[in-house]
Amino acid sequence: MAATGALTMAAPVPRKVRERRETRQVFYVRLVVIFAFVAVWEFLSRSGWFFADIIPSLVSIAQALFRLLVNPAFWANLQVTLLEAAAALCIGTFAGVVIGILLGANRFLGAAFEPYLYYFSPTPRIILFPIMIMWFGVGLASKIALGALASFFAVALSTAAGMRQIDKVIIRVGRSFRATPWQMATKIYLPAMRIPVLTGIRLGLGNALITVLLAETKLSNQGLGYMVNTIYQRFDIPTLYALLIIVFIIAGACNAVLGYVARRAR
Amino acid sequence: MRIVAVADRRAPLTATRWFPLTVGALTIVAVGVIFEVLLRIGVLNRYIIPLPSEVLAAFERIVAEEGVIERTGTSAFEVLTAGFACIAVGVPLGVLLYRFNILRRALEDWVAALAAAPIVLAYPLFMVLFGRGSMTVIVIAFAYGLAPIVLKTVEGLSETRSVLINVGKSLNLSEAQMFWKILFPSAIPSIFTGIRLGWTFCVIAVIGVEFLVNLGGLGQLINDLAERYDMPGTYASIGFVIGISMIFFIILEWVEKWLQPAR
Repeated sequence: MAATGALTMAAPVPRKVRERRETRQVFYVRLVVIFAFVAVWEFLSRSGWFFADIIPSLVSIAQALFRLLVNPAFWANLQVTLLEAAAALCIGTFAGVVIGILLGANRFLGAAFEPYLYYFSPTPRIILFPIMIMWFGVGLASKIALGALASFFAVALSTAAGMRQIDKVIIRVGRSFRATPWQMATKIYLPAMRIPVLTGIRLGLGNALITVLLAETKLSNQGLGYMVNTIYQRFDIPTLYALLIIVFIIAGACNAVLGYVARRAR
Repeated sequence: MRIVAVADRRAPLTATRWFPLTVGALTIVAVGVIFEVLLRIGVLNRYIIPLPSEVLAAFERIVAEEGVIERTGTSAFEVLTAGFACIAVGVPLGVLLYRFNILRRALEDWVAALAAAPIVLAYPLFMVLFGRGSMTVIVIAFAYGLAPIVLKTVEGLSETRSVLINVGKSLNLSEAQMFWKILFPSAIPSIFTGIRLGWTFCVIAVIGVEFLVNLGGLGQLINDLAERYDMPGTYASIGFVIGISMIFFIILEWVEKWLQPAR
């Protein structure tokens, strides 16, 4: 018995050791990739093969990053962009959930309109910007409208698909309790399809953020997109890199937060 | 014959797939007609929204006068160049990540983060690096479309059914034979899903960047017409671009579905 016990105890250890070794190797590979990237970047930066500053030294990008973070104008522009993206996401999500429930609940409506939404959704939304400017002016409203449109499709399509996946038994339980339509929506439908709706919101947020930023680079006088454009026109390349790094981090963080919320909701 | 008759009786026109789609299309037409009426009686402002009939008439004009066909060719060239470059780089990268598990564990999350990153926003940077020409558009589209192909290649190879791998092992296949005869064919449907996603991203990037920097094909046409304040032309060109993108996506999806039974 003792021997058997020792054997069964001993078996998992090599696996643990192997896993630890693999985790260490993964860490080293990442380290090597980062190091190689930094080395190649610095080499190209100092090689003189490119025009001055097109590939600035990482040190100057870090300095620009610091200057940007202590610049109040950056925070004001960040606030504008986040406000636009949040407003766009709220409008897009509300409209998307309502339309998604309608399309998901009614088979005929779904068959009639969903294919059009489905094929329209991946088309480049930024080209609708001239129309949004005409309808909503050159201020924040046109960016919010375009962002709302960009997030609407992802939310509507996910909600419609989620609506169709709800277990019929749960719906019958709600009906047998004589739930009102409001109770059905809040106690049955929305909780049952929270995962697809959250997935839709996550995709919608990405779409809204990038669309708002791109619209700002095209025509605006505030926001991070506007900042990207003015920095480019000043040819301040280290700051351009720094700003893009920050935008990428913000986009990644938003995505990670919503991903975390979706995982918690499971 | 009797069976056909029964089938006919059981499937009235309203139950076919085309009926709801036609209703959807007719609804869109009806919305157009409502807008036409509201604009003509002055409830809506014609300077902001052009008459739908003028937009329809503008289609002929943008084809005849604005060189839509040549512009479609320019955009298509950029999309296809970037798209094939994505395949040429993305599939081997995916194979590499599949082959070396440590590499996959180290880098797969980074590639996924790249897929979610708003790369198109870096277009000023790409213009600095590659000049103000087609090259910039192609490079951005390539960077935007690459990640889905890499990820779906890894996924497709990893999901090869173990029974197929065991058949290969029992036949003593070499590693190369195993890859070409078992793993790669079984991963093709998934790889094509990646290609569909990647090429969709390429279309978005190409048209978007052309529009934003006023350069090249269809995106530039929309920008030009909007800056000339040619409202019917702007709407018509936007409609044309949306229509042609939709046709492109439908074709990609059709090919993807056609490849599915191979799984």
